[in-house]
Amino acid sequence: MSSQASPSLPTSGKLWDGGNEPFGASYGKLMMWFFLLSDAFTFSALLLAYAALRFSSLSWPVPDDVFAGVPFIHGHFPLVFVGIMTFILIMSSVTMVLAVEAGHRGARNEVVKWMIWTILGGIAFLSCQAWEWTHLHHDGAWWGSNPFANADGTPGQVNFTNLFFTITGFHGFHVFSGVVINIIVTIMTAVGVFDRRGTYETIEKIGLYWHFVDLVWVFVFTFFYLI
Amino acid sequence: MSGEHSSSFDIKGIWMVFWVLFAITAVEFIIALAIPETFMAKPIKNVIYIALTLLKAFYIVAYFMHLKFERINLIYSILLPTIFVIGVIAALMYESDYWFTLR
Repeated sequence: MSSQASPSLPTSGKLWDGGNEPFGASYGKLMMWFFLLSDAFTFSALLLAYAALRFSSLSWPVPDDVFAGVPFIHGHFPLVFVGIMTFILIMSSVTMVLAVEAGHRGARNEVVKWMIWTILGGIAFLSCQAWEWTHLHHDGAWWGSNPFANADGTPGQVNFTNLFFTITGFHGFHVFSGVVINIIVTIMTAVGVFDRRGTYETIEKIGLYWHFVDLVWVFVFTFFYLI
Repeated sequence: MSGEHSSSFDIKGIWMVFWVLFAITAVEFIIALAIPETFMAKPIKNVIYIALTLLKAFYIVAYFMHLKFERINLIYSILLPTIFVIGVIAALMYESDYWFTLR
């Protein structure tokens, strides 16, 4: 894949002396990795603020009591809905790898098929999040207002809802961007851009981004819903 | 340079990683919902959650993002900064303990 970009300069045979690819990856793929690393720093900063504020607080709302709603059903089902959301996102990650795998074989129709499944997974996740936000908003939770009492019975900390909406909102925005880029890339695949280009590496690059979004959710899930 | 890609990208392997991720998440749910805190204290549960999360992160980054099969240079340039960030998070959590005492 990446050997196509290898320059034909004279090389001394040493890895870092030029005329070589020390990272063994194309420019675009390398830059996607570095972008994701910087994006990981941003999310780390948010999770860092969360950890510092939470563990310096005397008490904190209980996640099992806050996140216990499921659409169309009345009752108390802690973690069930967020479990469904986690499953949807992991599934869409799997269909994305399957698209990348099909891209390696140059199977255009298969790439389009798996990309469409990935897009549907992303849209399903965003719909779930929209429902959850609406549900919490109806309970009176929003930036600056927290109706949920702390574990020890004292009035709930505003930090809780502020951090929840900021972090899941920032993640949801990443999912939204991913869905938009996925749609663009799927159209490009369908009209044969990558066949003409001779490589499906673009699918690999957007795949890296999509898995990163899944990865962030794994951390958000642990820190907000479990701990 | 990347001819080994095909061997690490078979469909069977992808589904195996999916089942691993699914199983880890299932274990997290069992710990959260089925095991009472009288039997397993919350701090112990939290340590298990974080360990399982890091394990899930390993599977996603290594296999789905394919980092395990990249050049060692690329692996290190991604992994080392991440380890430093985890160090900062740990330091801040430790620091928040002092803020807690100050309140």
